Amino acid sequence: MTARTLATGMPPRAHVLVGIVTVSSLLFIVRLVRRRQLRAKYSLLWLSVGVGITLLAIGPSILDDVSRRLGIDYPPATFLLVAVTFLFLVAVHFSWELSRLEDRNRALAEEVALLRMAVGPPHSPADDERDSNRA
Amino acid sequence: MPGSPEAAATPRTLVIIPAYNEEAALPGVLADLARCCPDLDVLVVDDGSRDRTAEVGRAAGVLVAPLPYNLGIGGALRTGFRYALRAGYERAVQFDADGQHDPAEIAKLLAALDAGADMAVGSRFASTASDYSVGRVRRRAMRLLHFTLRVLSGRSFSDTSSGFRAFDRETLTLFATTYPVDYMDSVEALLLAVYAGLRIVEVPVEMRDRTAGVASNRNFKLIYHYLRLFVVLISSASIRGRHTREAS
Repeated sequence: MTARTLATGMPPRAHVLVGIVTVSSLLFIVRLVRRRQLRAKYSLLWLSVGVGITLLAIGPSILDDVSRRLGIDYPPATFLLVAVTFLFLVAVHFSWELSRLEDRNRALAEEVALLRMAVGPPHSPADDERDSNRA
Repeated sequence: MPGSPEAAATPRTLVIIPAYNEEAALPGVLADLARCCPDLDVLVVDDGSRDRTAEVGRAAGVLVAPLPYNLGIGGALRTGFRYALRAGYERAVQFDADGQHDPAEIAKLLAALDAGADMAVGSRFASTASDYSVGRVRRRAMRLLHFTLRVLSGRSFSDTSSGFRAFDRETLTLFATTYPVDYMDSVEALLLAVYAGLRIVEVPVEMRDRTAGVASNRNFKLIYHYLRLFVVLISSASIRGRHTREAS
């Protein structure tokens, strides 16, 4: 049994390339998650994406099976369809979240201005000196 | 008329001055205000200036709220509205830091509030005085905007970009949280106020030429802002349609 038959149509060199890209993306995600640089909800999201891609890289025939059941003649089209839909939804979600964050940030800045006014301007050492001279 | 019975009943009024890098013009504006209207409180909202705007304001003895970074005029105004509400002011006046407004005309705006308006807008086009020179693209865009606003709001405004306005407490309550924060905020604000059922009147005022020209926007940037504004106006109109349907 050669590598060519195992990979169901994918040339061995391409398969290795896909493997390397997949493994390094997965490692990158795991690293971000372990360092707590991603919120838990995004960790889950990107980890499942990583697992999904890994499964596809191990057995590209999965894609062929799914395509056949969906009635799509050209399996890469299935992959592109899923990928584009997913990325589109993620981008829309991020725009929404960014807008919300910007609003909250703005409100905070406004509150900071009012608090700074209530607290008064910071005293420089020169001011203190002047005050003590006056007293 | 100090000492008269009306004076005791005069509603507390706050003058809100959004200021961004205005250390040069601000002292003169504050001095004019103090001379003309000594009974008005003044709040300078320093919109993240890199110059000595805040110090200049404090030196003049007025309230200064320094924003940690530049929010744009809408954000600065909203800060002022919040403060006015919290500090219990009944009315507020928006006033420019660059000296293009005449403090003597604040009384005209406040008189319009006394007459029952919720918001009084100082309009430079309602008066005969100034002819504001604007470029070709800008003029067309302004006409289109004017038309859109007239269709959506059902009434005509002669000056949609005026920064010389007075607000009563009802308007302040609406604007303290919802005042638009993007460029050309005043257009959105008009529509917002109309849809909230507030009474808006335009008061003819004269405006001096601004010393530093902000009007030199690049055309493509202008087109972007007008497009954005159309989307905002139309979407707020559609939301309003939904509310009225739900209510009926």
